[in-house]
Amino acid sequence: MNMVVCVKQVIDPEAPPASFKIDAATNKAVQAGVPPVIDHYGEYAVEAALRIKDASGGKVTALSLGVNLLREVVKKPLSMGADELVLLEDPTFDGGDSWSTARALAAAIKKLGEYDLILCGREASDTNAGQVGPGIAELLGLPSVTLVKKIDIVDGKARVERVTADGYEVIEMSLPALVTVSNEVGEPRYPTIKGIMAAKKKEPVVWKPADIGLDAALLGAAGRRAAMLKLFQPVREGKCEMVEGDTPEEAGANLALKLREAKVL
Amino acid sequence: MTEHKGVMVFCEAGNGKLSSIAAEGLGAGRKLADDLGGELNAVLIGEGVGGLAQEAIALGADKAYTIDDPALKDYRMDAYLAALEKAVKQAAPQVVVMGQTAIGRDLAPRLAFRLDCTAALDCVDLAIDPQTRRLLQTKPVYGGNARAIFTSDTDPQIATIRTKAMTPAVHDGSRKGEVINISAGIDPAAVRTAVIDRVVEAVEGIKLEDAQSVVAGGRGIGSADGFKQLEELARALKGAVGASRPPCDNGWAPETIQIGLTGKIVAPELYIAVAISGSSQHMSGCSGCKTIVAINKDPEANIFKEARFGVVGDWKKILPAFTSKVRELLAG
Ligand SMILES: Cc1cc2nc3c(=O)[nH]c(=O)nc-3n(C[C@H](O)[C@H](O)[C@H](O)COP(=O)(O)OP(=O)(O)OC[C@H]3O[C@@H](n4cnc5c(N)ncnc54)[C@H](O)[C@@H]3O)c2cc1C
Ligand SMILES: Nc1ncnc2c1ncn2[C@@H]1O[C@H](COP(=O)(O)O)[C@@H](O)[C@H]1O
Repeated sequence: MNMVVCVKQVIDPEAPPASFKIDAATNKAVQAGVPPVIDHYGEYAVEAALRIKDASGGKVTALSLGVNLLREVVKKPLSMGADELVLLEDPTFDGGDSWSTARALAAAIKKLGEYDLILCGREASDTNAGQVGPGIAELLGLPSVTLVKKIDIVDGKARVERVTADGYEVIEMSLPALVTVSNEVGEPRYPTIKGIMAAKKKEPVVWKPADIGLDAALLGAAGRRAAMLKLFQPVREGKCEMVEGDTPEEAGANLALKLREAKVL
Repeated sequence: MTEHKGVMVFCEAGNGKLSSIAAEGLGAGRKLADDLGGELNAVLIGEGVGGLAQEAIALGADKAYTIDDPALKDYRMDAYLAALEKAVKQAAPQVVVMGQTAIGRDLAPRLAFRLDCTAALDCVDLAIDPQTRRLLQTKPVYGGNARAIFTSDTDPQIATIRTKAMTPAVHDGSRKGEVINISAGIDPAAVRTAVIDRVVEAVEGIKLEDAQSVVAGGRGIGSADGFKQLEELARALKGAVGASRPPCDNGWAPETIQIGLTGKIVAPELYIAVAISGSSQHMSGCSGCKTIVAINKDPEANIFKEARFGVVGDWKKILPAFTSKVRELLAG
């Protein structure tokens, strides 16, 4: 099994909300004093790939596109147990949308050659777009299943469980294929000391636009098909009435009385 | 190049009727079509959906395209995508609206890429820019910490709408419209996925999405036993229990009751958040609630910025007293 996992470097989605700001001039989000992380769902996708590798062997290649990729961040899949890391790192890749990102990732996957399964996160924690995975599949002409929580490889096919509103579906699909992974797959493993040491020594392969044979006009900001007109934080009124009591029990009872008074109950 | 006109709404159906997201899509779509001065078309795909065309017309569609075929009984991406692509190519709409559902989120991006476009998923607002006459797609980004307005440079402009974010269309049985049947012509060999099983994890009592009161527990609940106490309160309120992500990840609560950006979207009258810190990803799923009440031991917790009423303290002490007082008040 040759597996490719797409993982993105993002600003930390679980940092305190107060650290999140929007720079109105550039329409970009900035997070002061908090280091970036690898995208959560990408990490779940790495975990899903490693479980397949544990069960039936194979090779896992992590693929990240971006600029200013911090090696200690993007190497996390390696320290978790991935075999290779390929970076698409060049200013040309910057400022793209789902379209140009998927285009570049698909071209890189083609260049990698043989692949059986491509894994993406269900959505990146910054864009919340949920498009790059299905987009890569469409560009490569592959079947895809989104919101996957379990993957078994049976007789050369993938048998996957897909999260639905009231449970899950079991879907069988031919390979090669693409899945987008959801958190229900289970907690990503912690890197082991051995994994961290191995990742330290391993140098990622860095590809430029020419390496994946794509014209700069198709990449990053130049290749996008959608534009972000505005980025803003909705204002909230934030008027919380605190209910108290001499004891916690009394406070609980007072809360019920308060809700009755406010005609909420 | 084809000239793209009007709006097409992909209407999901289940159990022999249109689903609520179809009515929300048609409600949003009608407004967009009027603003564009174009037609509103519905498209229905599945087995036995032909009979629902009139229903879509009653909900505002001028034309209803139906693709009714046994091969479309189960949702399978390849088959549905081929069918939807056919309808979209035939009607050539400027805007395609779908629901942010298990099907919509799977299908919309693939449709977009197939047609050399992008989509915007999980939109909370859709409008036509009066100047450019392009679709303005507003959606949460950065886990709900911010919102972004996107436009797309290519047609059709494809968007999925968040459940409960748009005003549903009002049923008018006297409306007339045209029904157009399209043959599916699905090549079985081109369908590369098969649905082998469908597992419904039934939750007892009132459905979370329909409940008027929701009692939600977070990481601070600490155990499956803790959730039993939340159930008691939910029962007293005739409501449903929900959860933030950690309890679902930890197996204290079923995955199907996760609320948030990547879980269920709820909009009840009353939302009681117990031991939930109020992350943007969680709040994204309950920002439409009328009254939010928070119980949390940390006075600095973000949830108090979102709540209308709050109590600071240990839920283990507060909740039983609160529940019994609620019972007493509702009984008398
Ligand atoms: C891309 C992405 C998508 C996500 N999607 C979702 C989503 O859909 N839904 C979701 O919920 N999360 C989601 N998350 C996770 C989210 O970022 C938060 O980690 C999560 O919401 C935190 O849950 P919590 O508030 O229960 O836990 P915590 O943040 O750990 O908060 C626990 C709270 O309990 C309080 N507490 C502890 N003990 C007690 C006690 N005895 N009495 C009273 N209070 C107590 C604490 O003071 C604290 O405020 C997502 C994250 C990412 C990155
Ligand atoms: N720049 C990127 N580099 C690598 N993978 C990416 C990148 N952008 C998106 N992805 C993958 O696509 C998934 C969905 O992203 P999005 O469509 O932006 O929500 C992510 O979870 C990643 O797996």
